[in-house]
Amino acid sequence: MAVITTGLTILTEGAPNPGEVVAASGTFALAPLLIAIPLASAVVLLLAGRRANAWGHLLGTAASAASAVLGVVLLVAMMGQPEDARTFNQPLWTWIDVGSFSADVALQLDPLSISFVLLVTIVGSLIHVYSVGYMAHDPDRRRFFAYLNLFIAAMLLLVLADNYLLLYVGWEGVGLASYLLIGFWYHKPSAATAAKKAFVVNRVGDFGLSVAIMVMFATMGTFSFAGVNETIAAVDPDTVTWIGLLLLLAACGKSAQFPLQSWLLDAMEGPTPVSALIHAATMVTAGVYLIVRSNAIYDLTQTAQLAVVLVGTITLLMGAIIGTAKDDIKKGLAGSTMSQIGYMVLAAGLGPVGYVFAIFHLLTHGMFKAGLFLGAGSVMHGMNDDVNMRHYGALRAAMVVTWATFGLGFLAIIGIPPFSGFWSKDEIIKAAFAEHTVAGVAALLGAGVTAFYMTRMMAMTFHGKARWEPGVHPHESPAVMTVPMIVLAVGSAFGGLALLFVGNIEEWLAPVVGFEKAAGPIPTSLLIAMTMAVVVVGAVIGWRQYAMRDVPRMAPMQVSWATRAARADLYGDAVNEAVFMRPGQYLTRTLVWTDNKVIDGAVNGTAAGIGGLSARARRWQSGYVRNYALSMLLGAVLVGAALALVRFA
Amino acid sequence: MVHLAVPMAETLTFPSLQYRAMAPILIVLGAAVLGVVVEALVPQAARRAVQLAVTLGGLATALVFVVATPGSELGVVAGGTLAIDGPGLFLQMTILVVAIAAMLVVAERRVDPAGDAFAPRASSLVGSGEEQEQTRRGWSQTEVWPLSLFAVGGMLLFVTANDLLILFLALEVMSLPLYLLAGMARRRRLLSQEAAMKYFLLGSFASAFLLYGSAMLFGYAGSLDFAAIADAFRDKPGQLGLQVIGLTLLGAGLLFKAAAVPFHMWAPDVYQGAPTPITGFMAGAVKVAAFGALLRVMYVALGGAAWEWQPAFWVIASVTMLVGVVLAVTSSDIKRMLAYSSVAHAGFLLLGVVAFSTAGLSATMFYLLAYGLTTVGAFAVVMLVRGPSGEAGHLSSWAGLGRTSPVLAGVFALFLLALAGIPLTSGFTAKFGVFAAAIEAGGVWPVIAAVVASAISAFFYLKVIVLMFFARPGPDAPAVVVPSLLTTTAIGVAVVATLLLGVFPQAFLDLASGSTPFLR
Repeated sequence: MAVITTGLTILTEGAPNPGEVVAASGTFALAPLLIAIPLASAVVLLLAGRRANAWGHLLGTAASAASAVLGVVLLVAMMGQPEDARTFNQPLWTWIDVGSFSADVALQLDPLSISFVLLVTIVGSLIHVYSVGYMAHDPDRRRFFAYLNLFIAAMLLLVLADNYLLLYVGWEGVGLASYLLIGFWYHKPSAATAAKKAFVVNRVGDFGLSVAIMVMFATMGTFSFAGVNETIAAVDPDTVTWIGLLLLLAACGKSAQFPLQSWLLDAMEGPTPVSALIHAATMVTAGVYLIVRSNAIYDLTQTAQLAVVLVGTITLLMGAIIGTAKDDIKKGLAGSTMSQIGYMVLAAGLGPVGYVFAIFHLLTHGMFKAGLFLGAGSVMHGMNDDVNMRHYGALRAAMVVTWATFGLGFLAIIGIPPFSGFWSKDEIIKAAFAEHTVAGVAALLGAGVTAFYMTRMMAMTFHGKARWEPGVHPHESPAVMTVPMIVLAVGSAFGGLALLFVGNIEEWLAPVVGFEKAAGPIPTSLLIAMTMAVVVVGAVIGWRQYAMRDVPRMAPMQVSWATRAARADLYGDAVNEAVFMRPGQYLTRTLVWTDNKVIDGAVNGTAAGIGGLSARARRWQSGYVRNYALSMLLGAVLVGAALALVRFA
Repeated sequence: MVHLAVPMAETLTFPSLQYRAMAPILIVLGAAVLGVVVEALVPQAARRAVQLAVTLGGLATALVFVVATPGSELGVVAGGTLAIDGPGLFLQMTILVVAIAAMLVVAERRVDPAGDAFAPRASSLVGSGEEQEQTRRGWSQTEVWPLSLFAVGGMLLFVTANDLLILFLALEVMSLPLYLLAGMARRRRLLSQEAAMKYFLLGSFASAFLLYGSAMLFGYAGSLDFAAIADAFRDKPGQLGLQVIGLTLLGAGLLFKAAAVPFHMWAPDVYQGAPTPITGFMAGAVKVAAFGALLRVMYVALGGAAWEWQPAFWVIASVTMLVGVVLAVTSSDIKRMLAYSSVAHAGFLLLGVVAFSTAGLSATMFYLLAYGLTTVGAFAVVMLVRGPSGEAGHLSSWAGLGRTSPVLAGVFALFLLALAGIPLTSGFTAKFGVFAAAIEAGGVWPVIAAVVASAISAFFYLKVIVLMFFARPGPDAPAVVVPSLLTTTAIGVAVVATLLLGVFPQAFLDLASGSTPFLR
């Protein structure tokens, strides 16, 4: 950040409960440092080269931790402010100023963004610490930490931006960091391909965001959150719907939602800490953030809201079903991530009854899913980087800490009270039933499937008989890895309770996103009982099948079409190929053919023609003076004849 | 005014001469005469240095006088035979700048192990023992300098001639030394002598055209004076035969020097055979002089008949550029390629001439300045790339030059891009100017032909660049001679001019347009 102005203004938010203008405290002027510290660290690490190999990981971790500490300071300062005056806007400098087009670089700190700041920096810092151990033997550890810092900076820019254009910068920044980290082991073709795929699929979504921003500017003349919130009500409803759908497309790309979900499973090629941080806890939730941040737009368009609900519902089921069939522990968790983000998107599509819970689930999910991924990484660490759960089994004794922390994450995600997932997921199911019964039923079923695939994962990994590869000696990971896992496990266990009852998340976010209590047809207590019943059924089936019985070391081939479909990611890639890739290839082939035959043909033909003409014309240049003189004479006669023609005509 | 038809009885009055206005011409011709004296009196050892000083000193002094000509001196001088006006001074300035650059290249002695680019004695028999002896003794033909000065003096006169007789005299003063210079190459002497012979024969033929055309026009107008001829075209109907034949033959004579189709055939042979520094001098300075004279004759003397000659000249311009570029495509010798390129540029320049407007005049003059300097630079580079038996003329031996001599190849690439008319080089600004002037004058079709020709020309210019930078050097890759300060300065000036006139052309465009119009 080149220029940091200390002047701070309180913004009159166009949110459901606009805040008042009150005097600002100097503490909030530190917000730009949140981004500046990790960015500076990334730059230092990238430029310092090998010299920084010895201390690079420490600097990277310290930078992330510094942002986390600053985030906590800002949170405390914000909690000291009156409830309706917690939105702070800090202009930094004018970025572009051309005619009527003006874009400022300005940050907005409010309860929504500070929640993200804390999630990103705290979970991020834990994963930095974990990576110190996980990447200890990688020769490129410094570069890894540089990319992680770069990601933290970009993600914080994304959530702190006060307008869509600056958000877009952060949006692309996290995409870049994600690309670099998925392909971190770029010498592996599968990693390089996965990185490219993630980048390309994300471009489709980014296209939606860029067009949405253009439409906003064309219709409203502004793209700041405040400006859009103020003027959106006056915009033609169809245009609002289009903006909503375009933003949804963007969210689908970044958050791996149907139909742009396919890249996330491949993204697991990246190092496991990356999967935990970027592809589980933070970046993939940016789409949810975008929708919730744009609540003023979605509140005006039922069509776009319905589309959001549909996308969320489809994805939560798809992800869960894919999760049931994966033998690769990370891919199983990736399917689960898709599914859980589907819950968040569903909640975000429900309007004011859902926004708060989308964010609530996002925060609890950030903790328990990061913990689960770190647990998976710990298991892989002890199993020579094998990811196939059919080669695991009976690891509880060898990895007690990993088993316990993974277990707490497991209880959190399937929604056993009082663990964190219970509080957030239950609220989403309740809100879904209140708004769309079908979505409610799907969310309820999804909870059962979640319980099944997570029990399967737990059982195949830690219980049953050992099916280890020869020469594998499972062992617990070092403290530098287990401590972050323990911290996250504590968060998974009590985070929900803390956020709901201590943090009062509903009232905390209400000024920004609005909040209404859901009033569904089914009483809350009955709904909780139904959910618990579904979860227990799912868990019991999973346990019976994968803990009580032997698990074959080879995946059985004689399976139902449903299993086959789930193993094939529900043919997501097949759809991509049929809808995007093949027509795209036909188009490019046709263009190449046209280029080769028609355009090059014309060019080459012309060139050959001129060459031939030239060769013929050269014969006139015989070298004999008499011929030259004759041609001069004939030329003069011709010129004279032409002149005479003009003169006498 | 010179009236040759005056009765013999009348006394002959001598015209008063305006020495200040004529000073540049007199200085250059004076320096040439001084050079002849130097040849006679100064010992062999010191001759080259003295000649170089006299030549560069004379040209530089003349340039200073041209630039410093006060506005009050402008006018038709020397009894109406010379027009020292804006365009005249601009063209004289261009000729002198190009000539100075060319003379720096002529003076280069590092390129050949035996000395400069000229035979030790042009008169000695090719391959004889005498020749070898002279080479061994390190003789050099210092007459090159006074000859060049005479040629430059003729050029300065040529572009300010306001009278058909002076025009003819200037043409001969300019051409005769060039015929000699073309035959004086140290290497490939037979080719050089053949070129000189062809140039002389065809040049004489063209001079005869010009002279006969002048006679016809005198017969029609009763005067050799440009203004009087112009008045005749305005006021005196009839005698169409004299008009048409005079116009045709005068035009043919001038177009020969400009190397326009169909009077261009000498150009490739002469350009290839002549010593390369002289080729650069011819391609740069002679082109300026020829077009300068053509502009004045067409705009002043034959301006009244513009509607008459314009259609034919549009066709000549279009055919010239198309024939030039088409023939350049299959040229495998770099000098021949540049010769055909010079033919094509004559076509582009003709667009500005035929436009017959103030814009056309200033655009043509700017084009001449840009093209002249770029061309001298390009031929200087050609001189530096040498195989075992002299210059590496064949294009194939230029392959991979970008790897072995990146600076030289880069400079040559810049010149080629300028000749192709790529933006940010002088060639683009120049072409844009003449195209715009031609469009304004209604020459849409010739400009379309010009654009097509430009596209074709890009092919052979870029072919050389591709060859230099993207091909592997062959086994007999030529050596690049590191030139002395003289050639380096000339190439440097050409590079700076090519970039300056491309990136910040405004000052020079203003100078060119501020120099218009012709006085009569």
